[in-house]
Amino acid sequence: MTAELVLEARGLTRRFTGVLALSGVDFRLFAGEVHALMGQNGAGKSTLIKVLTGVHPPDAGELRLGGEPIQPGSPAAAQRLGISTVYQEVNLCPNLTVAENIFAGRYPRKSAAGLWRIDWARMQRDARALLARLNLSIDVTRLLSSYPVAVQQMVAIARALSVEAKVLILDEPTSSLDEQEVERLFTVLRQLRDEGMAILFVTHFLEQMYAVSDRITVLRNGERVGEYLKAELPPAALITAMVGRALSAAAGRNDSAAAAAGETLLEARGIGRRGQLNPVDLALRRGEVVGVGGLLGSGRTELARLLFGLDRADSGELRVGGEHLRFDNPAQAIRHGLAMCPEERKFDGIVAELSVRENIALALQARMGIFNCLSEARQKELADRFVQALGIKTADIDTPIALLSGGNQQKVVLARWLATAPKLLILDEPTRGIDVAAKQEIMNQILSLARDGLGVLFISSEMDEVVRVADRIVVMRDRSKVGELPGNSSEQAVYHLIAAEA
Amino acid sequence: MQRLLRHRLLWPFVTLALLLAVNAVFNPGFWQLQWRDGHLYGSVIDILNRAAPLALVALGMTLVIATRGIDISVGAVVAIAAAVAALMIGGELVVKDGVQTHVSRFPMGVAIAAALVVAALCGLWNGLLVAKVGMQPIIATLILMVAGRGIAQLLTGGQIITVYYAPFFFLGNGFLLGLPFAVFIAAAVWGVLHWLMTRTALGLFIQAIGINPAAARLAGLQERLITVCVYVFCGFAAGVAGLVISSNVKSADGNNAGMLMELDAILAVTLGGTLLTGGRFSLAGSVLGALIIQTLTSTIYSIGVPPEINMVVKAAVVFVVMLMQSAEFRAALRGWVVRPAAAGGAR
Repeated sequence: MTAELVLEARGLTRRFTGVLALSGVDFRLFAGEVHALMGQNGAGKSTLIKVLTGVHPPDAGELRLGGEPIQPGSPAAAQRLGISTVYQEVNLCPNLTVAENIFAGRYPRKSAAGLWRIDWARMQRDARALLARLNLSIDVTRLLSSYPVAVQQMVAIARALSVEAKVLILDEPTSSLDEQEVERLFTVLRQLRDEGMAILFVTHFLEQMYAVSDRITVLRNGERVGEYLKAELPPAALITAMVGRALSAAAGRNDSAAAAAGETLLEARGIGRRGQLNPVDLALRRGEVVGVGGLLGSGRTELARLLFGLDRADSGELRVGGEHLRFDNPAQAIRHGLAMCPEERKFDGIVAELSVRENIALALQARMGIFNCLSEARQKELADRFVQALGIKTADIDTPIALLSGGNQQKVVLARWLATAPKLLILDEPTRGIDVAAKQEIMNQILSLARDGLGVLFISSEMDEVVRVADRIVVMRDRSKVGELPGNSSEQAVYHLIAAEA
Repeated sequence: MQRLLRHRLLWPFVTLALLLAVNAVFNPGFWQLQWRDGHLYGSVIDILNRAAPLALVALGMTLVIATRGIDISVGAVVAIAAAVAALMIGGELVVKDGVQTHVSRFPMGVAIAAALVVAALCGLWNGLLVAKVGMQPIIATLILMVAGRGIAQLLTGGQIITVYYAPFFFLGNGFLLGLPFAVFIAAAVWGVLHWLMTRTALGLFIQAIGINPAAARLAGLQERLITVCVYVFCGFAAGVAGLVISSNVKSADGNNAGMLMELDAILAVTLGGTLLTGGRFSLAGSVLGALIIQTLTSTIYSIGVPPEINMVVKAAVVFVVMLMQSAEFRAALRGWVVRPAAAGGAR
């Protein structure tokens, strides 16, 4: 390949409070290539990106852009050099228009004769042109919040392109997109690649990585394992490189007969909420894992929110443990043995500035009330137990949870609920944005809990996971339940049911 | 040593110590304490006494700010509580057993309880607007800030109501064990709060709500109820401060009592190192903040700053203190100071 080397890093090292997050990492990015950065949580992917984009200065090592040494001191400085980044969570202002978002901070001005007023017409024209490059034709004068996440993602990319970018960095751009949207994004990426842009792409989805990338760098524990061309690295070898050992075949469930005997924990009849969820019937037994399959926006999350009392149902009835109940808030649901890991870990899950210990103790303490206070020793004992049981990687239990990697944060949120010894656990996308090994650890935990009698409602957009772990699969589409399938159905069967006309 | 240097109350302490040192330089008698009539007298005692109401208000404000809120109606609540107490106590002149005495219109306990209940109701109103109606705290409490001042004026009829009933004066002027009684009131409120925050889970809950209300709710916290309670307490604390103030000046002035006190209270909380963005908070820090503000005010008077520029001086000192509390600013400052020196050494 005669590709031109655009961005090169040598021996990048970065420590955080004593922990080595990157150690002597070399990295090369070529023009006209999509380069995938792979690794487990905590492997150093985010840190590498943050060093490349000037968020953190490296402790050692050098960066070269087009052969020239650079030291970007901030993301803005990196952007001026031609390194643009689109972050995992869309970093735009929902209350501004699409065009304003694209040009925020760099509004085009009229000439002195026009008193340097903002040139709105030009801004809208340019915004439209940029989006057209991404095959997107939308009204750029509407508020960003009026568009779905996928479009917002495109706007973020358009913003990144609006500064003469040579390097485009995408940190998990697909984690909240559905399949069609992902395909569209990839079309755009391929097009940009063919125009000669150097693209760095971080994802947890192996399939997507293989679909779009040309070159792969694998990180593990802050070190570079290697750089490969896609053809050189089949999935099994990639996973081995990421994990450092060969992964055994995923443990599945084949003891569903035993589970069927459990008593009914929860029974919902026609539970729904206008505009969010059409009436749904659902039953969940002891020791049973019920999977909920469906695409984004099919009503999966809405169902979970109704069951947990986050939203109030305006139709139907709910029985928990044979008792007729109505949950007006999560506190009531928790009192009856429910627990829920929410979809948006960052917004609904973690309490960022509190320590791992306090985060784990929070739900149990909330159930015990204000005056029945867990002593610090009890909190510590609780936290130590779960840190060990779930393999949470943290410097110590008094580290603020925000400093942990995504997968470990998710494990802490899971630990928070397990500490309450729930009878019924609702998991909404528990493995989103988590690496393969952590994903499997979490899945195995869930299965072993179910064997011990916990009822689990498992919501995931990764159908292979749902099919693998569930005893029964509830299939949803367009805010309604469209059917139920037995546990060992194929992914095809689920998609078939989703696609079938009602 | 490292731990001491990183302690969050270090800078408030340094500020207070500096202010006290400045006082001692300009006013040699500053640290002198006199024992007269079984009481301690002196500038320091004076500062403690005067800082007590502000410390009370700041304690309530700390919790509100910790939940990401703010309560700018506390000044008005101070005036309302003062007015209610003054009206109910009054102090009519009657002749009893041939001696002229002033008696309370209602039993003093009832009057004090009524004033505190009214203050707590004010807090309840704020709390409901914030937690149930979902208003932004600054707007919700702005309503009572304006309306409350009006209520206080209606109660007092726009006049200054003088209180003649002597036992009431003990709250703001009395001494216990040689120290002003108001100091004991503030200390008691702080003690109860400290106990609640360390011996119960309330501190954890308030922090969780302040940092991430959605996650707190999902974890099963009754976040609305706790928020309402915090505002009720803030109103109550302002009510206590109102009683102390009106007792101290033996009157209630609906127009001016507690005027701009909300801003001093917010300042005290901030000086104490609690961030306005909610979450982590420090009760002791807020008390220190109140002491800093009162010491500063006393200093300005005692070193003879002309009255027309004392506001400017106060603002300048507050500005510098705030800058010094910012870790970013200190780092930048270290950069300016150290770098030229290092360059000089290289030459």
